[in-house]
Amino acid sequence: MHELSLSRAVVTTVEKHAAGRRVAVVRLRIGRMRQVVPETLYFYFDFAARDTVCDGARLEMELVEVQLRCTACDHSWAIEVPSFRCPACSSSRAEVTAGNEFDVESIEVEEDACIGQG
Amino acid sequence: MHRTRVTIVEEALDANNTIAQANRADFDRAGVTVVNFMSAPGAGKTTLLERVVADLPGVRAGVLEGDVQGSLDADRLAAKHVPVTQLNTDSGFGGECHLDANMVRSALPQLPLDDIDLLVVENVGNLVCPAEFRIGEDARVMVSAVTEGEDKPLKYPLMFRTCDLVLVNKIDLLPHLDYDLDRFLRHLDHVHPDVERMLVSARTGEGVDAWRDWLVRVAGRERALA
Repeated sequence: MHELSLSRAVVTTVEKHAAGRRVAVVRLRIGRMRQVVPETLYFYFDFAARDTVCDGARLEMELVEVQLRCTACDHSWAIEVPSFRCPACSSSRAEVTAGNEFDVESIEVEEDACIGQG
Repeated sequence: MHRTRVTIVEEALDANNTIAQANRADFDRAGVTVVNFMSAPGAGKTTLLERVVADLPGVRAGVLEGDVQGSLDADRLAAKHVPVTQLNTDSGFGGECHLDANMVRSALPQLPLDDIDLLVVENVGNLVCPAEFRIGEDARVMVSAVTEGEDKPLKYPLMFRTCDLVLVNKIDLLPHLDYDLDRFLRHLDHVHPDVERMLVSARTGEGVDAWRDWLVRVAGRERALA
């Protein structure tokens, strides 16, 4: 249900970098921690993109698995269920090294090929 | 026409985080500690605030009340004679399911920051979206009622991981429920090991003193740092 707000945040970020050019593709990197439902994000992105440079743009998502590192014993591991205690030393000092991302990785914008050749 | 790839690599919520930092700077300048208070709808946030907000020794508290619609919660808290500011989220296209930094920023002119030491921001009832959006808070508190079931930490790890205190509310109902408190605490320990937690009943007042002390402590800690 947070996908609408997230879609709008994506559009705002893209608009800043598109500099008025029409956007054809938006690529995101999304960590599993963010609990984003891809189908819902596709749906809301189309809605949030209306009447912006992103209108009609294709959204591509790369999902990033959650990786943790124990700051007590330096053990690193991946999790599929939300369990954040270090399996090696039982410490609670786990930091998320991957899986928290919600990044706009890149965009593809359309430009007039004839510029400078006329 | 041809296509150009533009590499960005930018957190899409950067804009929100930047505004949150500006809010926090303003709150710090005014010497006000801000607590972001979150839960699912009906977990008891307003009642837990009613219990303590007018009776915090040495701390002048105010409330910023976030709601999709109406001022029912704000009216209840205003009856406690503390300054309450209402912030409805039904702008833009449709009622928002959370507060974000910009909404809180828009409320800043209405907040009596010179007259309070602690601002509790009662977020919109929701376990997903509020966890994503920083508003400029110093601490995050969430309420999980025992009527919600033991599995909630596993279902909403981002919320449970980003808070500094978990209030387990409605414990007066435990004799009437199949709820397994130990199981909930085990799940909580999986998701956010060692997070501070308190067992409370807003209805009977059990555990409420610890909640009050926590707020006083947090408000004092910020003042000591200021």
